[in-house]
Amino acid sequence: MDFASFLIQTLNSLQYGLLLFLVASGLTLVFGIMGIINLAHGSFYMVGAYLAFVLSSATGSLVMAIVLGIPLALVFGAILEWALFSHLYKRDHLEQVLLTYGLILIFEQLRSLLVGDDVHGVAIPAFLDASIQLTEVMSYPVYRLAISAVCVALAVALYYVIQRTRLGMMIRAGNDDRSMVESLGINIDMIYRVVFALGVALAALAGMLAAPISSVFPNMGSQVLIISFVIVVIGGIGSVWGALVAALIVGFADTFGKVLIPELSGIVVYVVMAVVLLWRPEGILKKG
Amino acid sequence: MNAHASLLPKLIAVAIIACVPLSGESFYIEIVGKVLVMAIFAMSLDLLVGFTGLVSFGHAAYFGIAAYAVALLSPQYDAASLWVVLPAAVALSALAAFVIGLFVLRTKGIYFIMVTLAFAQMAYFIFHDTPLGGGSDGMYLNNKPSAAIFGWEPFELTNEVHLFYFILAMMVLVYLFLARLLQSPFGRVLVGIKSNEHRMQSLGYFTFRYKLGAFTLAGALGGLAGFLYAVLFGFVTPELLSWHESGNVLLMVILGGMGNLAGAVAGAFAFEAMREIFADITKYWQLLMGSVIVAVVLFLPGGLAGVPGRIKRALQGGRPNE
Repeated sequence: MDFASFLIQTLNSLQYGLLLFLVASGLTLVFGIMGIINLAHGSFYMVGAYLAFVLSSATGSLVMAIVLGIPLALVFGAILEWALFSHLYKRDHLEQVLLTYGLILIFEQLRSLLVGDDVHGVAIPAFLDASIQLTEVMSYPVYRLAISAVCVALAVALYYVIQRTRLGMMIRAGNDDRSMVESLGINIDMIYRVVFALGVALAALAGMLAAPISSVFPNMGSQVLIISFVIVVIGGIGSVWGALVAALIVGFADTFGKVLIPELSGIVVYVVMAVVLLWRPEGILKKG
Repeated sequence: MNAHASLLPKLIAVAIIACVPLSGESFYIEIVGKVLVMAIFAMSLDLLVGFTGLVSFGHAAYFGIAAYAVALLSPQYDAASLWVVLPAAVALSALAAFVIGLFVLRTKGIYFIMVTLAFAQMAYFIFHDTPLGGGSDGMYLNNKPSAAIFGWEPFELTNEVHLFYFILAMMVLVYLFLARLLQSPFGRVLVGIKSNEHRMQSLGYFTFRYKLGAFTLAGALGGLAGFLYAVLFGFVTPELLSWHESGNVLLMVILGGMGNLAGAVAGAFAFEAMREIFADITKYWQLLMGSVIVAVVLFLPGGLAGVPGRIKRALQGGRPNE
């Protein structure tokens, strides 16, 4: 592998890993703070991608679609939490698996009813539709760099919110001890709703950003769901920074696996997960 | 457990199922045959989830490995011997479960759920991405295994009625075997592990060995179900190992009420019946199925198995349990 293709694959790994981080960070927060296994989290990614498709066809611009789509996703998340997930907190993990599995069926069918089962493309915004020439034959699309930049900015913002703000303090406290937070007079139900809606919006945004690259297709949610679970488990349940490290590990393992051992690329990520868990049965960073 | 008091309904149920081939309709024979296969699969998972307290989210791997084993071990233009491929397929699934169990049983709780899933995904991608089993297209089982012993053939699996009764017999045998096993000291230890593993350890039981035994046995029985599935449909695809299948069988176990072998069978029937009925009414069956699942969780904690108890309590004027 020469330097230029190594560079391209490294950038691809970063971009893929960072995008997965957006999905996995919400999943790990909901997991860690509310103790909920949410199989439907991948559906939020799918919803985001389809929102990007529908809204960008309507408005003619992906940027407009994202600006309109994020508030929609936040409201959607808050309503879901209020109507369904708030009833699951004290339930067994198995019941959570069951309900959220049912939700996947509902979301996929609604998607099929409303938008159909075809694969759709989404146009890259014109101002990002360019490539950087690396060598005479190889170039790198600017749009992928833009995705990475957006993801890094969001990771920094997330870090700031969780570590430096009052809301973040309450989130971290809720992660450690729910009843203690409640007895201090903090409205934990509201915190849960905010965190859940935030997780939905992050997953949906990941779907919107990915839509021009991966195109929009049925069952795109379940692919991302499984890989996000792998990231959450490798990183340690409830740890946002563990999820970041794990997402990058997975991004690199998957991208370079596809290049170096194409036949076995599917299993590389799972081998990494098995190895990490044998080394640290509770993930790289348990809680943080 | 009042095993004898509830014997009669079970005998009646088996007798009714045994009458299905009398209809002479291939459609019903095949579909009930499939449900019976799924019932074996669900019982094998219930041994882990309901009795040992190990929530495996990758049980489809063992189902699929045995199904592929039949297809791969059968000669292309000839029938393999049932008495060779059946034990071989089950043994392969058992071996896979044993090896995977050595790894996954080191983890607990949510991690166990996710690691079993990860290993099942590995198995899925091995069949999906490598040419071993025809890749994502899967492969055909051209000739169903022959039951001949030195030229004498007690029954023919190519005959749909014979095959149906073979599957029914297997399901009854698995049920009796597991019911007996759970009464044995080994089964008692498994139930003890579910309620309190630390206590079992301090009583001097090396619980890891018992869990590994249960995991291997569940893999073997799941393999038996996969074997029967491949023989019934004559076709295997990587989707048999997918996490959707693992999810479906988990649903059957939960619907039937965990830790109840007859419940697992009932759960398999309920699940497949829902699927068939909803698919019949509307092509949007997933929407109905999903809504029913969500409603069951929200309004019926404890699954379908909890319904009789709730009705009884309601009639007695008591408040239903939360």
